[in-house]
Amino acid sequence: MFVEYCVGLSGLVASGLFIYGLKAMSSPVTAVAGIVAAGYGMLFVVAATFLNLFNITPEARPNLLVNVGLGVVALLLGSLWAGWRGRTVQMTSMPQMVAIFNGMGGGSAAALAAVELLGNHDIPLLPLSVTVIGALIGCISLSGSLIAWAKLDGRIRKPFRFSGQRAFNAALFAATVVLAVLTVMRYATPSAELPRDLFFGAALLLGVCMTLPIGGADMPVLISLYNAFTGLAVGLEGYIMNDPALMIAGMVVGSSGTLLTALMAKAMNRSLTNVLFSNFGETGG
Amino acid sequence: MASVTSMTFVIALYIFMLAAFTGYVVISRVPSILHTPLMSGSNFIHGIIVIGALNALFNATSIAEQAIGFVGVFLGAGNVMGGYVVTDRMLAMFRPSQKAEPARPEQEKPGQEKQGQP
Repeated sequence: MFVEYCVGLSGLVASGLFIYGLKAMSSPVTAVAGIVAAGYGMLFVVAATFLNLFNITPEARPNLLVNVGLGVVALLLGSLWAGWRGRTVQMTSMPQMVAIFNGMGGGSAAALAAVELLGNHDIPLLPLSVTVIGALIGCISLSGSLIAWAKLDGRIRKPFRFSGQRAFNAALFAATVVLAVLTVMRYATPSAELPRDLFFGAALLLGVCMTLPIGGADMPVLISLYNAFTGLAVGLEGYIMNDPALMIAGMVVGSSGTLLTALMAKAMNRSLTNVLFSNFGETGG
Repeated sequence: MASVTSMTFVIALYIFMLAAFTGYVVISRVPSILHTPLMSGSNFIHGIIVIGALNALFNATSIAEQAIGFVGVFLGAGNVMGGYVVTDRMLAMFRPSQKAEPARPEQEKPGQEKQGQP
């Protein structure tokens, strides 16, 4: 009980600091103080998460040492690699770094959903649907951000287009939704693996196919959109994890990211539907 | 296998609504010069997913769950650290105009010499 209070309060402090940091970051004078405050919030909440080790389910207790070891190693590897990449990369290639780190966040949300879908066979229908929707958005954000990174980094030089692409993408989207429904429906039975695995594959492919036809000049707007997507996925996964801090941080980023996307598109004299569904911006790509 | 949510869906909707409104209001008057740093900063904030991934990994019971959980924590940690470092570097470009640490000695010395000479 005591542990739950501590972890819950750490989440409260962190989400407060995030909102304050985001507010401070929207003015040039206080921007640096804002990111520092948000950074302390993140440090605090990650440290407090380790208190949850006193509170794990009995089934997982035999694996405790292995799981903690894996968690610490993954934390160190991920932060060291990203910190090294972020410090050493050229200032001009910052946008693609934002894209790749955003994709990692989306992938983390999708992986979290995958762990939940692997382990739990008794999730009620509503949280289950929320988890699957979060997984869909997270997967799109992951593969889409990776394609955006490849485009900005000059690894994919030309927009990839063919006739009937829009119809193909629409069909792929419909197929992904059907697979998502099948995943939810057949979840209680042991034969749920196939639609679930196909669903994750289709969602990743959808992100790739959505991003490929969009020109390089529109990439910053698109990265901002995927940023909002990841926030939304994080918020939805926070519901299944029973963690209001995740829900608040994710949804704040989701809505502010959507507004930011609209503002950026407006600053470039483009509308969002133009960016997503027309090939007008190809001159820069 | 982590604990399934005990929150009612309506309370979750309340939290989502309030958070979405907060995000909208907080951003609504940002100058366009801060669009990219702000995108990067909010990219850092959604890195909080790493604590969800950590909780899932702590409660993993099979090898598959451990493997996917490991990948999830790795990706989330990269999101956090990368997002912070990139935002910090972007905002460092705003610092010289306030504190002017590297620029001032070069600018002041000629000024002082001019004042001192006459």
